[in-house]
Amino acid sequence: MTAVDDRPTTEVGTARLRKEDHRLVTGRTRWTDNIQLPGMLHLAMVRCPLAHARIVSIDTSAAKAADEVVAVMTGEDIKDIQGVNITAWPITEDQKSPNHLPMAIDHVACAGEIVAVVVARSAAEARDAAELVDVEYEELPAVLDLKEAATDAVLAHPDLGTNKSAFWQLDSAAAGTGGDVDEAIAKAREDGIVIEREIRQQRLVPAFMEPRSTVVDPTGEQVVMWSATQIPHILRFCIAATTGLPESKIRVIAPDVGGGFGGKLQSTPEEFVTLAVARTLGRPCKYTETRSETMVSGHHGRDQWQQLTLAAEKDGTVTALKVDLMCDLGAYAALVGGGVPVLGAWMYNSIYKFGAYQFNCTNYFTNKPWVDAYRGAGRPEATYAIERLMDDLAVEVGVDPLEIREKNWITHDEFPFASVAGMTYDSGNYEAATAKAKELFGYDELRAEQQRRRDENDPVQLGIGVSTFTEMCGLAPSRVLGALSYGAGGWESASIRMLSTGTVEVVTGTSPHGQGHETAWSQIVADRLGVPFEDVEVLHGDTQIAPRGLDSYGSRSLVVGGEALVMAADRVIEKAKQHAAYMLEASADDLEFSGGKFTVKGTDKGVTIQEVALATWTGHNLADGFEPTLDGDATYDPVDFSFPHGTHLCAMEVDTETGATRMRSYVAVDDIGTIVNPLIVEGQEHGGIVQGVAQALWEGAEFDDQGTLVTGSFVDYTLPTAADTISFVTDHTVSPSSTNTLGTKGVGEAGTIASTPAVVNAIVDALRPLGVTDILMPCTPERVWKAIQGAGPGAGVTGAAQAHFDEGTSNQDPSAGATEGAAQ
Amino acid sequence: MTRIKVSVDGVGYHDDVEPRMLLVQYLREVLGKVGTVIGCDTSNCGACTVHLDGRSVKSCNVLAVQADGHEVTTIEGLATGGELHPMQTAFHENHALQCGYCTPGMIMQAVDLLNENPNPSEEEIRVGLEGNLCRCTGYHNIVKAVAAVAAGQGSEAR
Repeated sequence: MTAVDDRPTTEVGTARLRKEDHRLVTGRTRWTDNIQLPGMLHLAMVRCPLAHARIVSIDTSAAKAADEVVAVMTGEDIKDIQGVNITAWPITEDQKSPNHLPMAIDHVACAGEIVAVVVARSAAEARDAAELVDVEYEELPAVLDLKEAATDAVLAHPDLGTNKSAFWQLDSAAAGTGGDVDEAIAKAREDGIVIEREIRQQRLVPAFMEPRSTVVDPTGEQVVMWSATQIPHILRFCIAATTGLPESKIRVIAPDVGGGFGGKLQSTPEEFVTLAVARTLGRPCKYTETRSETMVSGHHGRDQWQQLTLAAEKDGTVTALKVDLMCDLGAYAALVGGGVPVLGAWMYNSIYKFGAYQFNCTNYFTNKPWVDAYRGAGRPEATYAIERLMDDLAVEVGVDPLEIREKNWITHDEFPFASVAGMTYDSGNYEAATAKAKELFGYDELRAEQQRRRDENDPVQLGIGVSTFTEMCGLAPSRVLGALSYGAGGWESASIRMLSTGTVEVVTGTSPHGQGHETAWSQIVADRLGVPFEDVEVLHGDTQIAPRGLDSYGSRSLVVGGEALVMAADRVIEKAKQHAAYMLEASADDLEFSGGKFTVKGTDKGVTIQEVALATWTGHNLADGFEPTLDGDATYDPVDFSFPHGTHLCAMEVDTETGATRMRSYVAVDDIGTIVNPLIVEGQEHGGIVQGVAQALWEGAEFDDQGTLVTGSFVDYTLPTAADTISFVTDHTVSPSSTNTLGTKGVGEAGTIASTPAVVNAIVDALRPLGVTDILMPCTPERVWKAIQGAGPGAGVTGAAQAHFDEGTSNQDPSAGATEGAAQ
Repeated sequence: MTRIKVSVDGVGYHDDVEPRMLLVQYLREVLGKVGTVIGCDTSNCGACTVHLDGRSVKSCNVLAVQADGHEVTTIEGLATGGELHPMQTAFHENHALQCGYCTPGMIMQAVDLLNENPNPSEEEIRVGLEGNLCRCTGYHNIVKAVAAVAAGQGSEAR
C-alpha cells in the first residue's frame, strides 16, 4: 500500500500526472495492428475507383492463383454473413436510407467502397494480389455537389428515386418555447435589422493518428474482435443485429486506440468484412488500412450549406433566428450521420436571448464518402454560424463585437435558463468568462494597435476575433434520445470491485482513446472511497470485462460515466458500512465514513474500508444474511444535458499584400464546471482549439469532378504542424453543473466548437475596412488575397451585410467562393 | 531475399529480407518492435521516427536493406538501465501526449532536435518538430516538454 501522507486533500481538482503515460512513452503499447495470433492471415481490400458504378463482373482467378494467397472473396461470396452497416438514428419516420453493405455486391455509391477482399499470408502479399483482381464496372453518372444533389437531376442511389434523405424541423412557436420566427423577421424588415447569410461548412477528415485496424479471432466459443474503435459496445450490438451472430457469441475489444475525434464512432465495412472472412475461413484475420485508405473509407465530417436569417431591433437586441441547412450525408446514412446536423438544432441560438427560432435541416445523398460525427458534431457548425452573425450584427449596429454579445446574452442570475430551442441551460457566467478573457488577452491594447495599423495603412492588418460559445454535452438522457428516435439509450455503467488486499478495480463502460479516463476515474474513486489514487485500477474497452457500456463520444464520458462511478462507489460504501457496523459492534446509523475509514461517532473506534474488504472476502465472521461482497454496480441515466461555455479571443495578423495570415495570440477562458484534472483539461482544450483552427485555416476535403478525393493523403490534406501553431493561454471560470453531483461539464469538444469562428472573425475583422465581409474556409492565403482583391477598398460594409440570398445573391466572395466551395 | 545484419536497441540481428521491405516493417513484423508505429504512407506523419546511427529517420522512408551494418534505436531502446530518458519523463510530466500514437516518433525526433541544438527557441522547437504530426495535443505541451528538457528541467518539473 502506498504512503498517503502527501496526498492532496481531494484528488478531484488535482493535476495528477497520467497513469496511462508510462506504457505510451516507452512503446509498450497494444495497438490493434500490434496483435499477432498463431496462423493469422492478412487482408487487403479491393476498392472501387469510381464514384458511382454497377459491378458487371469480378474476375478473381489470377489473384487466387497467386502464391501465398489463401482466398479471394467478393460480396456475393459473403452476402449471407457480412451484415449491414446500419444507421442508428433515423431522424424521421420517412427517412430514406439505402442499404449499406460492408462489401458492395452490384452497386457502388462512392469511390473507395470495397468490392473484393484478398486473404494472404502477409499484408504485402495480400496487397500484391489485390492488384490482380479484375473488376469490370459500368460507370454511372455521379452526383457530387450538394446543391446539385438537391435538384435530383442525378441520383446517388437510382433505386431511391430521390437524393433527399429526410427533413427535420424545430420551431419555437410549434414547440411553445418561443414566438413565430417569420413574424419576427417580417417585423424586423419593417423597423429593425435583418442579416441574411449563406455559409459553407467544408468537408473535413477526422484524421486520427492511428489508422483503423481490426483483428478477428474466430477460434473460440466467442468470436473475438479487436478493433481501433471508440465504440466496442455499440459495435457488438451492430454485429449482433445484422450478421446472424448472437450477441453472446461476440466479444469486442478496443485495446489502445490512437485517437478518434468521432472518426472511430462507426461500425465500419472493414470490421464487418474482416469478421466475415475470419468466420468463413475459421482462422484469425487482420486488416490494417493504409492512410490513403483511411482518407477515402473512414467517414468525413461537416459538409453543409447554412442559410441563416437573424432579426434584431435597431439597437441590436436580437429577436429571431431562422436556420436552413443542406447537409451532405455522402453515399449512405452512417451510424449517426443523419443525426449529426440535428445536434446543432439546440445550439444556433447559443447564449443569446432570441424570442423566436426555427431550425430546418434537409439531408441529401451524394456519391462521396459518408459523413458522420467529427469532434463537435453539429455544434461547431452552429457555433460558427451564430458567432459570425453576431459579428456582422455588431458591425451593423456600429458597436464592438463583445458589446453586442453582452447586450443579448443570458446573464449569470438568469440560470437555469429555458432556451428558445427548448433546452434548459444548467449554469454559466458569460460575464465572468469574458472579463477574464479580455484581461488575459489585453483586449483594449490590441484594439488600440488595430486602430493604429488601420490609421497607418499598415500592409499587415490586425484582426480580433471573438467567440462566446456554449455547447451541450453529456449525451444523453435516454428519454430524450428516445423522443429523437435514436437507436440506443444514453446511460453509462460502472462497477467497483473491492479486492481482498484493499486495492480497487473500477470497470467503466466508457471507452477512452486518449482522454485519460484511467487517471481521472481513479481520482474520482479515490476521493469517494478514501483509497490511494495508486490503488485504483481502471478497466475498460472489452465487452467481456466491461459488459455494459455506451462508449465515448459527444463529451459524455465524465458527465455520464463519472456519475455512474459515484453511484457505484456509494453502493460499495453502503455495503461496507453494514459490515463495518458488525465489526465495530455498533449500529450502522452511528457510523461516519470519511477518508476511507468508518468510525463510531464520538469515539476513536474505527475500521478502514480495506479492512472491511478483507474481512468480507474471508467471510469468516459476517452478520447473518450479509452477502460476502462489497462490489457495487451502477448504471446512470443522466437527468439532463450540461452546457459548458467560454469566451475565446483570437488575434490574427493578415498580410494584405499576400493574403498570408499569422496567429498572434489566442486566449480561451472556458467554464466546464468542476474540473477533475486541470492538466487533462488543458490538454483537451489545446488539442480542441487546434482542430477548430485547422478548419478555419488549413483543412478541407476536396474532390475532382470524377468524385476522386484529391486531398487523399497527408501530402494534400494539410494537418497543422507544430510550426503552424502557437502556444495558447487557457484559463477557467467554474460554474458547477446542476445536472450531476460532481458538477462537471464536458470539455472534449469545447475547443473545436469555439475556435473556428474566433479565427475567421479575426481575419474578417482585420479586413473589414477593405470591404471584406466573408471568406470561405479554409482561409488559405489564396482565398484571403482574392477576397481582398475582389472586395476592393471601397466596398461598403453595410451593403454587403444586407445581401439577400433568397434574391439570388450570395454574400460569398464571387472570385473565391462559390465555385470552389461548390466543388467540395 | 537479401541478408542483412542490423543492431536494434543494442541487440544484433541477422535476417533475410525482401529488398522492398521498409525498415519500419522490418522492425514491427520481423523483430516485433511494435513500439514504433505507422501513421501514414507518404512519410508526412513521422510516427515511425527512429534513430539510425544516432540521427532521426522516418523508418517508413528507409529500406531495411539500407540499415544493413547500422545501428537502430527505437523508442523501446531509449530508456537505459530502467531509467526513462529525460525526454520520456518530460513528455509525461508536461502532459505532452494523449492517445500516445505519435509519441514514439515525436520523442525520437525531439531527442534528435536537442542533440542538434541543445538550446532551441520555441520557434526552433516548432520547426524542428514540423515533420511529426499530432492530432491530440495541439503541440502546446509537446513544445513545453522539449523546452523543459532543454532547460534541464526534465525531472524536476512538477
